[in-house]
Amino acid sequence: MRHLIDIQQLSQEDIQQLIETAMDIIEDPVKYSEVCRHKKLATLFFEPSTRTRLSFEAAMYELGGDVLGFSESNSSSAAKGESVSDTARTVGCYADIIAMRHPKEGAPLVASRTAGVPVINAGDGGHNHPTQTLADLLTIYREKGSFNNLTIGCCGDLKFGRTVHSLISAMSRYDNVKFVLISPEELKVPKYIKTDVLEAKGIPYIESVSLEENIGKLDILYMTRVQRERFFNEADYLRLKDSYVLTPEKLKAAREDLSVMHPLPRVNEISVAVDDDPRACYFKQVLNGKYMRMALILKLLEVTV
Amino acid sequence: MIIGQIKDGIVLDHITAGKSLEIYEVLGLDKLDCTIATIQYAESKKMGRKDIIKIGQVIDINFDVLGYLDPGITVNIIRDGKLAKRERLTLPERVTDIIKCKNPRCITSVEQELRQEFRLADRERKIYRCIYCDSEAKKQS
Repeated sequence: MRHLIDIQQLSQEDIQQLIETAMDIIEDPVKYSEVCRHKKLATLFFEPSTRTRLSFEAAMYELGGDVLGFSESNSSSAAKGESVSDTARTVGCYADIIAMRHPKEGAPLVASRTAGVPVINAGDGGHNHPTQTLADLLTIYREKGSFNNLTIGCCGDLKFGRTVHSLISAMSRYDNVKFVLISPEELKVPKYIKTDVLEAKGIPYIESVSLEENIGKLDILYMTRVQRERFFNEADYLRLKDSYVLTPEKLKAAREDLSVMHPLPRVNEISVAVDDDPRACYFKQVLNGKYMRMALILKLLEVTV
Repeated sequence: MIIGQIKDGIVLDHITAGKSLEIYEVLGLDKLDCTIATIQYAESKKMGRKDIIKIGQVIDINFDVLGYLDPGITVNIIRDGKLAKRERLTLPERVTDIIKCKNPRCITSVEQELRQEFRLADRERKIYRCIYCDSEAKKQS
């Protein structure tokens, strides 16, 4: 039984295989439209995340399968005090595969031990969100044609942004990848990411507070939101907030082949005026997320096409 | 100070000085009804000072617990007054129900029946991480 709890569980070969399946789905969606007929996906969302849940549901419907589940814990047996283990074991009797979102870190791992069917982590608190990383990887692959020889800028809240941490881990396995980590002092990448991932693998990186100074070097700019509540004082927030807003003016210094990514939802960190720029990829990322979730469901259900 | 030799039993040697009482407690030695000697701050050529525990009975020891608490310990198993086996401990890959995860966002904070499991993430720096939330537990000592 295979599950996807943490992106690190997938080898480079696994990721390559998922990418190839996703590319084949994009090429010929009709070929895949009935392959999960009579299979059921349970979406167990103990906290609301409409975007991720709809992506999983759309993925399963496009494979010809069915979906059941709940979208918040109030409407589940968790509200009555049932354990994650028991919920997973029960739902495993009804569904062929489970996608679980939970506010507590590690809940999908607990579920995977008793469910009896594959469990996909659809986000566990601020911990892991592997299918977002799969969406990011397919986007990079489609935009750049490869994962090698890329300079990746990560900008915004790099301290609490789990998508950035997972992306750094996933991309650090490829050749000649460099990182430019752009954030306010308060929101720098945690030390363990630098020591355990970047330095352990000998990956070059620089840290900077300036987006303007670095944007011209990048192949990819991965934007995240700088949230007001992350700052110790209001004055620092007000001083810095506009530094990390991407505007058409800042993009003038960027390369023509830059790809701008964002895990969404966006608040104001990318100006709406950037949306029409051909370098904006964040809505493509949403679509790519659905294709990668389709590929993942097929892999975990061991459906061959 | 003279403490007699044991015929059948276990000698835990090279315990970090001052740690023997903690190990005594964690191994549940107070529940045994055999002779037990705890020697603290004994002179040691290798360590300067060390603790030693002599147990007058061969018991099952959880080497993972011992290795986590004090990986420098040597376990000598004595049978018929002779050294039958010597084990040098190392940090275990995984420890269960020894460390408690302190991350309030971890699933173990709300589901009390879950076992507390930690994996060795970095042997050199003796760093263990919760298998559920990856929070770091600092090695004691």
